[in-house]
Amino acid sequence: MTAPDFNEVVLVHLDAAFNLAMWLLRDTHAAEDVVQDAMLRALTYFRSYKGGDARAWVFQIVRNAAFEHLRSRKAGMVVPLETLHSNDDRDAMSRDQTNDIPELIDPDDGPEAAWMKEKNRTDIEKAIDTLPLELRECIVLREFEELSYKDIAQITATPIGTVMSRLWRARQLLLQTLVAEGD
Amino acid sequence: MHSQSDCAEMELLLQADLDGELDAASAARLTQHLAHCEHCARLQTQLVQLRGLLRERAPRFSPNAEFAANLRAKLHAVGDEEDPALTPHVPIAARWKNFSLLGAGAALAASLMLALTPMTQFASNSALIDSVVAEHVRSLQADHLLDVVSSDQHTVRPWFNGKLDFAPPVNDFAEQGFALAGGRLDYLAGRPVAALVYRHGQHPINLFVWPNERAAPQSANCVANAGYYVCSWRNETLNFWAISDANAEEMQKFSRLWL
Repeated sequence: MTAPDFNEVVLVHLDAAFNLAMWLLRDTHAAEDVVQDAMLRALTYFRSYKGGDARAWVFQIVRNAAFEHLRSRKAGMVVPLETLHSNDDRDAMSRDQTNDIPELIDPDDGPEAAWMKEKNRTDIEKAIDTLPLELRECIVLREFEELSYKDIAQITATPIGTVMSRLWRARQLLLQTLVAEGD
Repeated sequence: MHSQSDCAEMELLLQADLDGELDAASAARLTQHLAHCEHCARLQTQLVQLRGLLRERAPRFSPNAEFAANLRAKLHAVGDEEDPALTPHVPIAARWKNFSLLGAGAALAASLMLALTPMTQFASNSALIDSVVAEHVRSLQADHLLDVVSSDQHTVRPWFNGKLDFAPPVNDFAEQGFALAGGRLDYLAGRPVAALVYRHGQHPINLFVWPNERAAPQSANCVANAGYYVCSWRNETLNFWAISDANAEEMQKFSRLWL
């Protein structure tokens, strides 16, 4: 294996890795630390990578690094320099970028699309944020990264049945805050 | 009417169906149940709405450009065999307009189901394929896809004048489902190339074009790589490389429009 393979197989998933780290950690600096750590680990482990879905493999490394980070933070080994939703410049910038994405919903998408526009990003972000971590990671991997139950089970080191019930609980909670309230 | 326990069981089937994980027999049971149970039918509608909401509207976080560049440099230093030709750098000047075709979640909604085309034709080209994938992924990062934003070929074509030593063909295929979104200047295979950007549904397509200096014309070859589909072809004067997370069939359709 040579380094170009690493670029092709692993580094193309840098953005996805960062996105996952952000959803798990909710802190830009922590996400950067974790992604850097995870990518360096991936480079080290790369020899043992046996093919298959590289994105899932990268997610697994990022996820493990994120959980280690959270554990050490809990144990007081890492003192966060800022609170979770700070006004930190870089944090604000990455948010702005996502908010600047132009509308892509076609006008002929029908009433559902029109209804969706009423929900803004902040509502949705907040609703996902308030999910317990183990539910949040399942919903992020399933809905944003479109991974299968099997992949999610492997990444989170959880039985498939548990993944399914976590997804169900996550969806129930999200439905309550985002969808069902209008009924 | 259905009993509570009936519905409780159906809820898990509903979810599995939504997630594409339901076997045919259970799917048939679910369909039968949904025809008679308003509660579950409404739940299904809500779950579909929730999915649409999450996928369309939830933010996607991109790494800060400086952080990404530093990390790449660090990894580059660690992996000392890395070939710099495989990480082509886009000049700062090419990162102009703030435009992205991506809906949240679309960036990596790349289908992982793509069947791998035998690599025969491509083996010698694998470094170029890597570069094309790298440029595509890089172009999808914020602020980076388009230097000239226009669906009008008569705006995009002259934009390249004086920026390249050749005139890229700029065609809009909106009627065929591939709408021109704009273009930008990019670097590939050690030379400046025209990057034309098309939109096919939610899928952005990058089409890289540069002069064909010696090879005979060739029809499209397509290959799956890193979750993307890459097609290349050439005519007497130009090389074409197209890449997208659109599926194989759509990409082949796109390449046929040019031949």
